[in-house]
Amino acid sequence: MKLTLWLNDKKVQDEIAPDMMLLDYVRSKGCYSVKCGCETTNCGLCTVWVDGKPMLSCCIPAARMEGRRVTTLEGLQKEAEEFGKFLAEQGGEQCGFCSPGFIMNVLAMVRELKNPTLDEIKEYLSGNLCRCTGYMSQLRAIENFIAYKKEKGEL
Amino acid sequence: MAYVNSAVKKKDYKALVTGKPVFVDDLAPKDCLIVKLLRSPHAHAKILSIRKDIAMKVPGIEAIFTYEDVPQKRYTQAGQTYPEPSPYDRLILDPLLRFVGDPVAIVAGQTEEAVDRALKMIKVEYEVLEPILDFRKSKDNPILIHPEDNWVANCPVGADNKRNLCAHDDMGVGDVEAVLADCDIVVEETYHTKANQQAMMETFRTYCYLDVYSRLNVVGSTQIAFHVRRILSNALGIPKSKIRVIKPRIGGGFGAKQTAVCEVYPAFVTWMTGKPSKLIFSRYETQIASSPRHEMEVTVRVGANKDGFIRAIDLYTLSNTGAYGEHGPTTVGLSGHKSIPLYGKTEAFRFHYDVVYSNVMSAGAYRGYGATQGIFALESAVDELAHKLKIDPVKIREMNMVCEGQIMPAYYNEHLRSCALDRCMARAKEMMNWDEKYPCRDMGNGKVRGVGVAMSMQGSGISNVDVGSVTLKVNDDGFYTMSIGAADMGTGCDTTLAQIAADCLGCDIDDIAVFGVDTDSSPYDSGSYASSTAYVTGGATIKACESLKKRILKEASRFLEVSDEELEFDGKEVYVANAPEKYISMRDLANKSMCFSNNALEVTESNSQPVSPPPFMVGMAEVEIDMETGAIELIDYVGVVDCGTPLNPALVKVQTEGGLGQGIGMALYEDVIYNEKGVNLTNSFMQYKIPTRLDVGTIRVELESSYEPTGPFGAKSIGEVVINTPSPAIANAVYNATKVRIRELPITAEKIAKGMGRF
Repeated sequence: MKLTLWLNDKKVQDEIAPDMMLLDYVRSKGCYSVKCGCETTNCGLCTVWVDGKPMLSCCIPAARMEGRRVTTLEGLQKEAEEFGKFLAEQGGEQCGFCSPGFIMNVLAMVRELKNPTLDEIKEYLSGNLCRCTGYMSQLRAIENFIAYKKEKGEL
Repeated sequence: MAYVNSAVKKKDYKALVTGKPVFVDDLAPKDCLIVKLLRSPHAHAKILSIRKDIAMKVPGIEAIFTYEDVPQKRYTQAGQTYPEPSPYDRLILDPLLRFVGDPVAIVAGQTEEAVDRALKMIKVEYEVLEPILDFRKSKDNPILIHPEDNWVANCPVGADNKRNLCAHDDMGVGDVEAVLADCDIVVEETYHTKANQQAMMETFRTYCYLDVYSRLNVVGSTQIAFHVRRILSNALGIPKSKIRVIKPRIGGGFGAKQTAVCEVYPAFVTWMTGKPSKLIFSRYETQIASSPRHEMEVTVRVGANKDGFIRAIDLYTLSNTGAYGEHGPTTVGLSGHKSIPLYGKTEAFRFHYDVVYSNVMSAGAYRGYGATQGIFALESAVDELAHKLKIDPVKIREMNMVCEGQIMPAYYNEHLRSCALDRCMARAKEMMNWDEKYPCRDMGNGKVRGVGVAMSMQGSGISNVDVGSVTLKVNDDGFYTMSIGAADMGTGCDTTLAQIAADCLGCDIDDIAVFGVDTDSSPYDSGSYASSTAYVTGGATIKACESLKKRILKEASRFLEVSDEELEFDGKEVYVANAPEKYISMRDLANKSMCFSNNALEVTESNSQPVSPPPFMVGMAEVEIDMETGAIELIDYVGVVDCGTPLNPALVKVQTEGGLGQGIGMALYEDVIYNEKGVNLTNSFMQYKIPTRLDVGTIRVELESSYEPTGPFGAKSIGEVVINTPSPAIANAVYNATKVRIRELPITAEKIAKGMGRF
């Protein structure tokens, strides 16, 4: 079947199988930041934005993306690097396999929540599993990042 | 020291945080064959017949292999130094199936759809056999899990496949029975730890291709590139010279990838077909057919006098290695050797064990490697002893803990050169505010908060076995390339080893390009396991820098026309010691060395140590128990670690927090569960829950560093010691809150409520 969508702000047209998942589709288009960690929507590694909202691409048929705007970390490189520096200062990226999905959600969170509390941050990101870090370093990175963005007047 | 002991960002961080294609499946050739495995539906069965002719007709199917197609020599998938203590008990495909999920056939095709279709069309007739699912019934059971005559144990580990025994030993110092008989009090209890999944975010995966020389190239997510080369050679029956193994970035390992769980299957496909292939394990497969922690039942007898001095420890471990013996004979050793030495004043100890086969998936290496299991048992037993003697559990540990300078009989008679366990305990006590909180506080709302403590140790590499090597080369303009065989699996060793090298060579860390791992070009390294990298490969880094500096001086003496003994090197220039105005810059030296030179500015050095200095840790947990339902919430966790000099404090902290997170999962809910037929019920992240950021409470970590004289810049290891305290500390906290002693993990609300007599 035919699919037309916007992938990282570029219009793309493709012939796809009706049962193809969005995760497999974006990877087939070279968006390798999107990872599969569990195939049961439990880990958050496959997080992409659909029309600006974070969603789990492992269980969304690509066919449903007709006319939608899909964003992956490939489309947010500058922001990823900006937050990533704070993460790396804490050593909080570790193996890095969950980092793209996690960062997609962090970037969505700072757009969506104004002045999130610690509990709101944990709640917002609870669907992003990480097996390396025990999460504390990521929390420190987010707090530092938010403080920095506020100082710059960007939040 | 500019870099060592500072929180340098990981060299690869930018690629990781921007999601660059650096992992196995991002790099695999797009046209490679898709490989999948047909797996046994039975826990114990014989294949009577297998038909693949219909499945072969599915369009796009390239090859289907069954037990009739594979070499008949047994091998092990355990990544260990040769000769491996793990028995050679596997075939790539075996007509005797030993667990639900054991491979029956390998299918390779052009598309995933074709392979999935073909998998359903392979006709297998099974003779279903009675399985052994309770490992307590395995030893000397008439049902044999490995009846085959070509089963081989390469090392004298007390194994006997005709008794379902993978290993057995009995050792000790002094007369334990006599000392126990003379003690005022003896606590004897049995503790049960379960299988847990490492649950690294990147599942097992490998791709393979033949290169221009027709050699088998294997790109895998592995901690043990060099061992994988040997394992593949053994499994496929081809010379090692035909195999090259490469490790790109790895999405976590935690020991899982110290076993070649998936490499042999695509390697066999590519070797047989000549075509590139890849096998990407699903999470389902990673849950049911992988290499989890060994389930162990540990019986402890600990004897003391009435003042609380511990005089003797007798520890017996029964370990469940599952269907195959990977890491079975070695993990069990740590359950005693890395628990008993925590108590340094004993007059006698005995440590004995049996490791048995059963019809569940093979166990493997998981962070802690048996120490975790033994420490849960001993640290629980010592707590029980403290309560019987009405002594504060912190006090009894302070009285008995091992101290710097001691000889440790239960730890291969090693001399303990560095130990800050006492300071770790003192600091943890302050951080937790122990004296006020112990044993518990009634919160007045039906909930009680209790605190618990536990100690832990591990090693730093395997003494007299592990080898770490580093190759350093000077390039144009004086930058260095550093090749290592140790696998950075997210731990950051590419960075920490470069920190060491930059300090030794007096250069900027950006002037060191790190490369690893490729078995064709990296110097030999046993691999990244047993908490070895910082200590063993770190030591090799220092040696390589010293050696390279000598070469640099020799090269400079050619241009400065002074003997190299009169020269000094400060990282930027080589100069004449008593006439510093005579010098050559490193940049000029490097560039000149590439013309008319007979002195290669390249060195390789190896490091192996006769000792394995233990890092130490104290963990303290505060839990809140709902006295009606038994519901348990972790409120606070304090960890204080002595890893010697922290090479990179940020990474040490993250390792510690991460290990505690995993340990908390193990303590509270992680459990590999089988039904009565041996079917794994915890086959996804729906059923097998690992901690989310809402579950770990507050983890607070501090360092109390000793200085290890045999370690690089005083460093010991950090990777594993950090997972051992949560299970006992939380169990002890639960006891202090409720007077319910949980001796079987995980510590669930149901067990606590039952213990409180709620049902």
